[in-house]
Amino acid sequence: MAVNSPSVPAHPVACDTIRFVLDGEIISICNPDPTRTVLQYLRDDLRRTGTKEGCAEGDCGACTVVLLELDRTGNELRVRAINSCIQFLPTLDGKELLTVESLSSDGKRLHPVQQALVDCHGSQCGFCTPGFVMSLFALYKSEACAAGRKPGRREIDDTLAGNLCRCTGYRPIIAAAQQMSDASRTNVAEGWLAQPSCEHRSSMEKVAQLRNLRRDSGLQCAHAGRRFIAPQSIAELSAALAANPGATLLAGGTDVGLWVTKQYRELGPIIYIGAVSGLDRIVRTSTHLEIGSAATLSDAVPVIIREYPVLDELFRRFASPPIRNAATLGGNIANGSPIGDSMPALMVLGTTLLLNSSDGQREISLDDFYQDYMVNALRPGEFVESVQIPLAKPGALFGSYKVSKRFDQDISCVCAAFYLTQGGDGIATARVAFGGLSATIKRAKATEQALLGKAWNEATVAAGMVAMKRDFTPLTDMRASAAYRMRVAQNLLRRFYLETGPDARFNVYEYGRED
Amino acid sequence: MDAKTKRSTGQSGAVGKPLPHDSAHLHVAGQAAYTDDLPEPRDLLHVAVGMSTHAHARVNSIDLDAVRVAPGVIATLLPSDIPGDNNFGAIVADDPILADGIAEYVGHPLFAVAAVSVDAARKAARRAVIDYTPLHAILDPLEAVSAGSFVLPSEEMRRGDAQAGLKNAPHRLARRVRCGGQDQFYLEGQIAMALPEENGGMLVYSSTQHPDEVQSMVAHASGRDAKDVIVICRRMGGAFGGKESQAALIACIAVLMADKTGRSCKLRLDRDDDMIMTGKRHDFVIDYDVGFDDDGRILAIDFMLASRCGISADLSGPVNDRAMFHCDNAYFLPQLALVSHRCKTNTVSNTAFRGFGGPQGMFGIECAIDDIARHLEMDPLAVRRQNFYGAAPRNVTHYGQEVDDNIAPAIMDQLVSDSDYDARRAAIRNWNQQNAVHKRGIAITPVKFGISFTSTMLNQAGALVHIYKDGSVQLNHGGTEMGQGLYIKVAQVVADELGVDIGQVRITAADTSKVPNASATAASSGSDMNGKAAQNAAAKIKQRLTEFACRHFSVSETEILFAKGQVRIGAQSLPFAKLVQLAWADRVSLSATGYYRTPKIHYDRSTFSGRPFFYFAYGAAVAEVLVDTLTGENRILRVDILHDCGDSLNPAVDLGQIEGGFVQGAGWLTSEELCWNEKGGLTTHAPSTYKIPTCSDLAPEFNVRMLKNATNREDTIYRSKATGEPPLMLALSVFFAIRDAISTEANPAPALDAPATPESILRAIDNLADSAGQPQGIDR
Repeated sequence: MAVNSPSVPAHPVACDTIRFVLDGEIISICNPDPTRTVLQYLRDDLRRTGTKEGCAEGDCGACTVVLLELDRTGNELRVRAINSCIQFLPTLDGKELLTVESLSSDGKRLHPVQQALVDCHGSQCGFCTPGFVMSLFALYKSEACAAGRKPGRREIDDTLAGNLCRCTGYRPIIAAAQQMSDASRTNVAEGWLAQPSCEHRSSMEKVAQLRNLRRDSGLQCAHAGRRFIAPQSIAELSAALAANPGATLLAGGTDVGLWVTKQYRELGPIIYIGAVSGLDRIVRTSTHLEIGSAATLSDAVPVIIREYPVLDELFRRFASPPIRNAATLGGNIANGSPIGDSMPALMVLGTTLLLNSSDGQREISLDDFYQDYMVNALRPGEFVESVQIPLAKPGALFGSYKVSKRFDQDISCVCAAFYLTQGGDGIATARVAFGGLSATIKRAKATEQALLGKAWNEATVAAGMVAMKRDFTPLTDMRASAAYRMRVAQNLLRRFYLETGPDARFNVYEYGRED
Repeated sequence: MDAKTKRSTGQSGAVGKPLPHDSAHLHVAGQAAYTDDLPEPRDLLHVAVGMSTHAHARVNSIDLDAVRVAPGVIATLLPSDIPGDNNFGAIVADDPILADGIAEYVGHPLFAVAAVSVDAARKAARRAVIDYTPLHAILDPLEAVSAGSFVLPSEEMRRGDAQAGLKNAPHRLARRVRCGGQDQFYLEGQIAMALPEENGGMLVYSSTQHPDEVQSMVAHASGRDAKDVIVICRRMGGAFGGKESQAALIACIAVLMADKTGRSCKLRLDRDDDMIMTGKRHDFVIDYDVGFDDDGRILAIDFMLASRCGISADLSGPVNDRAMFHCDNAYFLPQLALVSHRCKTNTVSNTAFRGFGGPQGMFGIECAIDDIARHLEMDPLAVRRQNFYGAAPRNVTHYGQEVDDNIAPAIMDQLVSDSDYDARRAAIRNWNQQNAVHKRGIAITPVKFGISFTSTMLNQAGALVHIYKDGSVQLNHGGTEMGQGLYIKVAQVVADELGVDIGQVRITAADTSKVPNASATAASSGSDMNGKAAQNAAAKIKQRLTEFACRHFSVSETEILFAKGQVRIGAQSLPFAKLVQLAWADRVSLSATGYYRTPKIHYDRSTFSGRPFFYFAYGAAVAEVLVDTLTGENRILRVDILHDCGDSLNPAVDLGQIEGGFVQGAGWLTSEELCWNEKGGLTTHAPSTYKIPTCSDLAPEFNVRMLKNATNREDTIYRSKATGEPPLMLALSVFFAIRDAISTEANPAPALDAPATPESILRAIDNLADSAGQPQGIDR
């Protein structure tokens, strides 16, 4: 990637300081290394070694920490687990960081989450345990544990989808999660940390402390010639991008982080969009859901599911909570991986992207956005401002399926989406899109043609399955063979038919599950 | 859990209690220190390893000029820098620390670099310019068999005349099955930190199951005596066999670099490098040809086992031996011919993994049993019952050991009843007739697992117990803690022996300077052997205290009892600490070593006969699954387990071993798939591509119980049984439940291989469709 030479910065090198809270204290770091991870900072700089590195790619959860930040109103705290191994240190600016050590400052008086894990024998080797503690702590501070409520199995599964344990088989950890918020264990007199759920007066102190960390102007720091720029408005963002056309745009860092931790790449200027006001907006207009490109998946997904409940399972299986808490829908789309899970569904729904640059805004259909493997239609200096998803239309048939080796936090071998409307002459609209079958997420035009104008029945499904072979020539890799990919893609059309047909079928992952 | 089942000697009540893991309160608070958490010396350098990118190639040159000038680099290490043996293979010296001249797998360490930071070292390692001449790479075990490429000679076992038995059998089936390998995926990657000490000493902190072997390999490689090396390991963040032999490679590189630079050196592998560079469970190809009667009783069987050993012998000899020993699982095989090929492939050298060949051996026989049942249209349970070991002469294994403690049939009967197996199986058959796309399946499988190292000499252990003047106790033994709860179990034993509270016993790190020549903490033997050794040490001191008390208080030995922190001496009672203080003042030694060697075992490897195992551990599991036949996606719906822990030393710890072992085994048989590309490179080398079970994979209904009144017939520590490995194989029930789900009337025995990924399942279903109506066997 082309970058500005660090020796000739587009702006004079700024000296700037990030500030965040750790254990009640405000930490200031002048010109932090832009790509130093929070985990490296904790373990190497602070020698605060409770937080572990298991994979350095956000897939095992041993590094899980919790961030507290103000919500959009500035009045409420958000409590979110993230993977510290791929989170860059400067992104802590204005937030509070909690690690496993934060919950039990002397290591003796244990937090109810920690005590429940001890009581239930929830640790064996103990290496994953700090990560589980922090993910469970985030659950403990959520609605799921309000007023002594005990979280259900599904809430626990979903919470822990990004935490791997190799020893216990999870049963005792689930048991701990079910009893950690039991009233007999919690003592509301012990302050904010020990209280289940987030709504307590004592959080006002934390809110006030975080408000005091708000900045007047965007962060601009440099470390050894490498720059980290965090604009605060959309105008500043497009100006920064115009001045640094080769800069790396950073949102949640769940992909960019791996460029550093796994590929050992030296990044040029980084423009962080997480502080841009308005870029995280989520609005339901009369025609669209408009999702700002800096909105995290955790914020965007519930709104999308409210509009399209059928996407619930897809998004539950989309990465893990710590990843979704950092990652953005805009990032998933702009990154443009051929196995990105949001795009097939968004494509068949007729989603458009609002692009922005110093030259102004333009709209582009998601269909037209991907040009080749990891190549998209963004021009130099241009960025995705928002994702525009049409509202649900009554009568339309819609479904999206992900197939992978494991239910949770796996990458699709095939991700499919189908959207049909029917008129008097049979199928009036047919949109079919797949991930995992070609170099980009792509519509299946031959399949769509085979469906159009036909009655939605077994024969049409069979014709669609035959036509699909003309749409794709999938590859074999470690996730699946070409033959399996094609067979599953065909069979998913069949599943879609069965699920939307006269006798709707259940899903294998739902059967026998209690919420 | 019934904690106090007729203890004859327990004097503090610690043994048999479900005490938490000794470090649980530290784990949850982030206070438990793993090797990378230890304070770092000021002179510390970080090491990274440069690896081969070819599966098999002549290494013409390694140009490290660019590496040496990279920022922060202090030193590089090549084979020519190794003063001693360039080898970390403990059984066969065929495993170079750094490949010298020939690279034999993608990931083979070629050189190392030390730098001032982890980042600097890893970035620098990528700058090497290496010139290779590619050679032919053997990437598949069967290709190795054809080419005669083996790391060790093939082994055979015979009983009776299997070929004649097969010819004469009323029914005969033959099939080839495969089961995949498995990455240990310990959450803490491989790591060692080496600290040079004065006068040629070397202190090594190593995440290892086998400190003694690390000590020995480090000494050989660096040209030292064992006496000059100390290896310490307080705990590992998981190991599962992966840190038995492999840890020595990491420690050797750290030590050699420390010697070269004169500075402390730490090598911590990145997850991807760890998975590419270090060994895993062996994948197996198994051919069997089985003859049986109308009742499903096996008359003769012929096995061919071919395993992927990778480039070197490592532990492949004993792993494959154990596969041979366990190709009976719980069944009597009256006539048997078995050949075991230990295939040399240009892939990473495979190593120990929980079960150690046992799971693969059992996989083979259970496939045969399942096929017999499907061929005869019987419930596989009925076939299992037909074939269990029983009364003489059906009570002797194919290696000549009498099965004198056989509780497999009883466990099976109880579990069938407890889990409502028969009714559920009928209900599932009915349900499947009404559901075309989704299919449910159920299976029950037994486990019989032999306990002891098959190499008899390894069945010995040592311990060291100190009692201080204040009555507090420090405990050390040769076992290592990898999460399995060994340290708390052994502490419970010592507390009971001395009649003191468990809190009075401090557990200390495995340390080669405290207990020498210890065997690996492996083969499930940890608590059996170290528990006995530590008990022996504590008993020696207790005897000295007793003799002192007799003298001092003029009582007889029968009047003395150590219990609950007190010592009853005749009519009076003294705090334990008080007696200790008096004894010290009277110049009584308060420190003792303990020793144990497993009795009764003997075994002649040249004939594969004898009694390699002190006893067997048993269990059984029922799994019920649901499969989507459009995609192969599947879920475990319910699991019922009944497992034999003998008289458990710690029921909480043992329950954890059963549950964790089962889930790990289910991962091996379902979602965990190792893939290599056509150039021999592992493509599943991170959690993004290698999928171990997550929380949601645990069956919504998961009923695990320990067998009651299960006192070990043999004199093990408090009559307990080993629980480390056996439960893993309970997960075979999951695999056969999946096979049950996708079997249909038209074609009852789908060709399903492990791991049963969605793709593997769909392939088996499609094969069904393609070969509908074709008989799978040769019926005579």
